Amino acid sequence: MLKVSEPLVSLENAGLERAGHWLVRGVDLSVRRGEIVTLVGPNGSGKSTTAKLALGIHRPSEGTAHRSRGLKVGYVPQKVSIDWTLPLSVRRFMRLTQRIDDRQLEASLDATGISHLVDAEVRTLSGGEFQRAMLARAIAGRPEFMVLDEPVQGVDFSGEIALYELITSIRDGLGCGILMISHDLHVVMAATDQVICLNGHVCCKGSPETVARSDEYRQLFGDRASAALAIYKHDHDHTHLPDGRVRHADGSITDHCHPDDGHHHEKDKAGTDGGKERGGQRA
Amino acid sequence: MLDDFFTRALIAGIGVAIVAAPLGCFVVWRRLAYFGDTLSHAALLGVALAFLFELNITLAVFIVCAAVALALVLLQRRATLSSDSLLGLLAHSSLALGLVVLAFMTWIRMDLMGFLFGDILAVSKADIATIYIGGAAVLGVLALIWQPLFAATVNRELAEAEGMRPERTNMVFMLLMATVIAISMKIVGVLLITALLIIPAAAARRFSNGPEQMAVIAGIIGIASIVGGLYGSLTWDTPSGPSIVVAALVFFLVSVSPVAALISHSRRQAQGEKP
Repeated sequence: MLKVSEPLVSLENAGLERAGHWLVRGVDLSVRRGEIVTLVGPNGSGKSTTAKLALGIHRPSEGTAHRSRGLKVGYVPQKVSIDWTLPLSVRRFMRLTQRIDDRQLEASLDATGISHLVDAEVRTLSGGEFQRAMLARAIAGRPEFMVLDEPVQGVDFSGEIALYELITSIRDGLGCGILMISHDLHVVMAATDQVICLNGHVCCKGSPETVARSDEYRQLFGDRASAALAIYKHDHDHTHLPDGRVRHADGSITDHCHPDDGHHHEKDKAGTDGGKERGGQRA
Repeated sequence: MLDDFFTRALIAGIGVAIVAAPLGCFVVWRRLAYFGDTLSHAALLGVALAFLFELNITLAVFIVCAAVALALVLLQRRATLSSDSLLGLLAHSSLALGLVVLAFMTWIRMDLMGFLFGDILAVSKADIATIYIGGAAVLGVLALIWQPLFAATVNRELAEAEGMRPERTNMVFMLLMATVIAISMKIVGVLLITALLIIPAAAARRFSNGPEQMAVIAGIIGIASIVGGLYGSLTWDTPSGPSIVVAALVFFLVSVSPVAALISHSRRQAQGEKP
């Protein structure tokens, strides 16, 4: 199904350092046309930072970030707050960075289910409605590359499924590459080509199918839903403390985690953990 | 017609109000009120330097304001002090520096109050030309950068990710602010320019459904404040700058009063009834 082509966006050994701490380090990833890559990981593991490196909002402190020339990007940031002083209707918001005709505008709002709110002030939307508006805005200009940072936060359950279906159908229809950050593991399993688990660095990556077919997976998990956990719910052998330092499994605390950290599957952790972990690795 | 000082003041003031309104909206949206204040305080240093080096006052003020804006951007990048401390530091040290430099030039007799609070008597035909030519340039450039500037105002990262250049747009915006302060200094005075930027914009917010509309309404309120303020100044012999700001304040108070709430409510209802 996937065309072998030049990646739209690629990071090579990319890392970002701020005030002496590495927010994220050693990230390799590439997103091609028609491909959905999902970043998972605990809070503060560098998911949004990685996405911003891919978008060019941050320049990597080490490694490289490359985007193909003239790439048309659609971005749904994790958090956007609209100040009261800004009179901004959904219609105007849709045209924030792009010229689109009324037909495109209405079609996108229709697709995300908020066409009735076209003249509403953005400030008055509920959390879920605003997420839909952000997604509608991102898809309206027919982007080649989309970054969706928790695109369905605050959306009700049935809406969530519909929106993920929409994202998949946009990928199929436009053939765009999508870099997604999601906590919804069902979806990570169902609609993702590659999963990358971050914890300050890349812990593991691979296709969900590889995981689902693995023996470890069959032994440990019987259903689709828990399959996602095979990738996701492994124990990190180190914790990133709020002050940026790192506490390791043995209780020691260091300033940084190291590239050879976190591969608990190579260490003497419980056998089941290791099994899960290997399941997530692509050979 | 231009031989009458009051007519000249009106024409100049209206020009300033039209230019200040859209920029003032951005000042309100981006929470830059204190930044505007800093630039206008620095304007007095520009006045002092103009006397010292015998430069055109408007030009000198523009140069100093632009330099302060640049200094601020650079200092913010180093980020040793918080933004508001940096602004306070720049605002008051440049104001103090301006006053000290002026005090040294004992051979110059000038009306300091005129620079601080505006002076309608001082508006010449050349000032009007400066305001309208400079103002047209500001509005022209603002129209060019309006879309990316507004996008970056809503969300900087979103604008940057989708191919806009917020940093460059931001620099251009700061230069526009410096220009507006340079050309409007004579009308309202350095201490009150920020008021002319933000009060009409703040008063316009309640009546606006979109950013462009808010800029236009702010312009209308700004013009009304200029006219009301100058007539008040003439009638009661009050200083022109403060009178204009007081007039703008009256419009703002009306906009937050129940009367205005009723107007905007009925407008919204009328919109809701559209099929």
